[in-house]
Amino acid sequence: MTTFTRRRLLGLAALATATTLTLAACGGGDDDSSSGTSGTTVSDADVTAALQKGGNLTVWAWEPTLKQVVANFQKTYPNVKINLVNAGTGNDQYTALQNAFAAGSGIPDVAQIEYYALPQFALGKSITDLNQMGASSLKADFSPGPWASVQSGSGTFGLPMDSGPMAMFYNKDVFDKYKITVPTTWTEFLDAARKLHAADPKAYIANDTGDAGFVTSLIWQAGGKPYQVDGTNVTINLNDAGSQEFVKVWQALISEKLLAPISSWSDQWYQGLGNGSIATLNTGAWMPANFTSGAPAGSGKWRVAALPQWTAGGTASAENGGSSLAIPEKSSNKALAYGFLKYANDGDGVQTRVDNGAFPATVKQLDSAAFLNTEFKYFGGQKANEIFAASSKNVTPGWSYLPFQVYANSIFNDSVGKAYVSSTPLADGLKAWQDQSAAYGKEQGFTVK
Amino acid sequence: MTTMVTAPERTGTHKSPLTPRKPRNRKSVVLTLVTGIALIYSLIPLVWLLINSTKTQDGLASSFGLWFDDGHFALWDNIRETLTYNDGIFVRWLGNTLFYVIVGAGGATFLAVLAGYGLAKFDFPGKKGVFAIVIGAVAVPGTALAVPTFLMFSKMGLTNTPWAVIIPSLITPFGLYLMWTFTEQAIPTEIIEAARVDGAGEFRIFFRLAVPLLAPGIVTVLLFSMVATWNNYFLPLIMLKDPDWYPLTVGLNAWNAQAQTAGGDVVFNLVITGSMLTILPLLAAFLLLQRYWQSGLAAGSVKE
Repeated sequence: MTTFTRRRLLGLAALATATTLTLAACGGGDDDSSSGTSGTTVSDADVTAALQKGGNLTVWAWEPTLKQVVANFQKTYPNVKINLVNAGTGNDQYTALQNAFAAGSGIPDVAQIEYYALPQFALGKSITDLNQMGASSLKADFSPGPWASVQSGSGTFGLPMDSGPMAMFYNKDVFDKYKITVPTTWTEFLDAARKLHAADPKAYIANDTGDAGFVTSLIWQAGGKPYQVDGTNVTINLNDAGSQEFVKVWQALISEKLLAPISSWSDQWYQGLGNGSIATLNTGAWMPANFTSGAPAGSGKWRVAALPQWTAGGTASAENGGSSLAIPEKSSNKALAYGFLKYANDGDGVQTRVDNGAFPATVKQLDSAAFLNTEFKYFGGQKANEIFAASSKNVTPGWSYLPFQVYANSIFNDSVGKAYVSSTPLADGLKAWQDQSAAYGKEQGFTVK
Repeated sequence: MTTMVTAPERTGTHKSPLTPRKPRNRKSVVLTLVTGIALIYSLIPLVWLLINSTKTQDGLASSFGLWFDDGHFALWDNIRETLTYNDGIFVRWLGNTLFYVIVGAGGATFLAVLAGYGLAKFDFPGKKGVFAIVIGAVAVPGTALAVPTFLMFSKMGLTNTPWAVIIPSLITPFGLYLMWTFTEQAIPTEIIEAARVDGAGEFRIFFRLAVPLLAPGIVTVLLFSMVATWNNYFLPLIMLKDPDWYPLTVGLNAWNAQAQTAGGDVVFNLVITGSMLTILPLLAAFLLLQRYWQSGLAAGSVKE
């Protein structure tokens, strides 16, 4: 009788382990199967009736403040039962959403979709045009940037939930320590970066390893309009005046190694924000909550200033991040879903979310004295919302994202990302990104110029 | 067996040249060093996990990674918070994981033993075909099948239910192959024939005769399918959307993702403490089951 040795057993075990290491890419292809719009209009009375009648709603969202909104909503409308599901943050959720659309089942009634991703779902006709339910009448309730972000063609495909007017967060202690003036233009920002890094080789003006959302936001602020969309006709030009402005400053920052090689949202990033090795952060107004819970060590040291300008004395700003709530075309109860959208994003839900640290997209909250006078302990008692609110009014108009921006952003690191880690010039990286995005657009049936 | 020489070894002079060299005399500095490095390499992540589960969110960022944070020993606070955060959802996830492991890995092992025994000890037409399919299936990673499985389950209305995780876990081609080979070698056909002559039914032979003989193989398959199910991430990630049915892996990742969410609550300390708590049951299972694994294999090596 032959012995089944331990070595053999382990050999087989190694084989089993090896097979599980081969990961397969998860194909989240576009959903082209349009179900066709139902065409029926839903009136306000229908929505009110649906809210009274009640029913079940499944909501896919990762926004943490929605939990309280759902609890309050169910108290107000006791017949409605909401199942709030966190199906992943950002891209993870879009993959799940596209899987569900492809499968034709398990589709939620409401889904959180970021502004940059909304055109993709709108054009795929997988989400509902809310103008059928009279959403166009809500235009005046929202600040112009987010409202423009939920428009696609002649439709309104979501209600803005939050917004991210940009500002510059800076570590005042670090600036004071090295007697560096807080920059008001990007040229001054570059100077400050040089001074700081020379004074302390461990300190950097900012962290950046290449972030598509950040690059597009800064080009947006500079007045660039690299993406022009007219139905299925798309123009991509990442070499327009605005893009060139951005490249000039950022190429210098990269070439002179003035940016910390730390990716945003990583644990080192939070560490750097806490210990002063990352001196500024130019991002959306939703950031304070993350500062407070992620980098408690920086409390009291940070302040907020307006985003540095491309031309001295300017006030231009841009949006970074922010998301909407949309209703999938196959939602089983659109009237009820719209009732929830209005409550959460335009009604009583907004204040609940603001109270829990979210940054609103509604004019009512942005202009309210209570909101503007809120003192942030983390920012040394500064009334930071005044700066954010001013920024939201100064967002450069006319920006649009690609109808396949989710894909384009996913290939950003393969093209532009190279410029951050090798000698590839940033302009070449942007050109490669443009070409690859255009090629994908053509494959998807767009006319790309 | 050779009889032991009673002479004390340190004198050296009594050593007979005829005595075979004992294995314990063979020492290799290089080998010890290499094994030592491998040991440290494998233990460092574990040590890191244990050390960092004693830190607060603030302490994680401000102290050295491989040593304790001065003056703050937050392990008990962290454990308490992990177990109670979000209305104690961690405990629910732990229960889910245990459930998936017991039903999934237990069922997988049972099916693998049953099928492996059948394939090894019974002849039937198409056996070669089954062999080819099983070998082929070993080579296909479960991850590659996850999306097609999702689409199929979605048509059957099984997604977002525990069955979506359990049913795919029940299939283990590797376990089946292992049991098949193991049965062929561990159970002489003569014993089965003798039992048949004595009038035992096939199921009685399987449960009373084969299963005890197969114990080391069963424990191995059980261990591997337990680890696979306990660590299963991708399948539940795409199958489940309801946090109430998440296993620990997906749940902890959701906590980790909060740090990447605008306005999210950053809870790295709970993610680390949660991971530490997650590996404890696996460690315990290995320590308890390895005894059977070793003794069983040793028993097989001695021939009467």
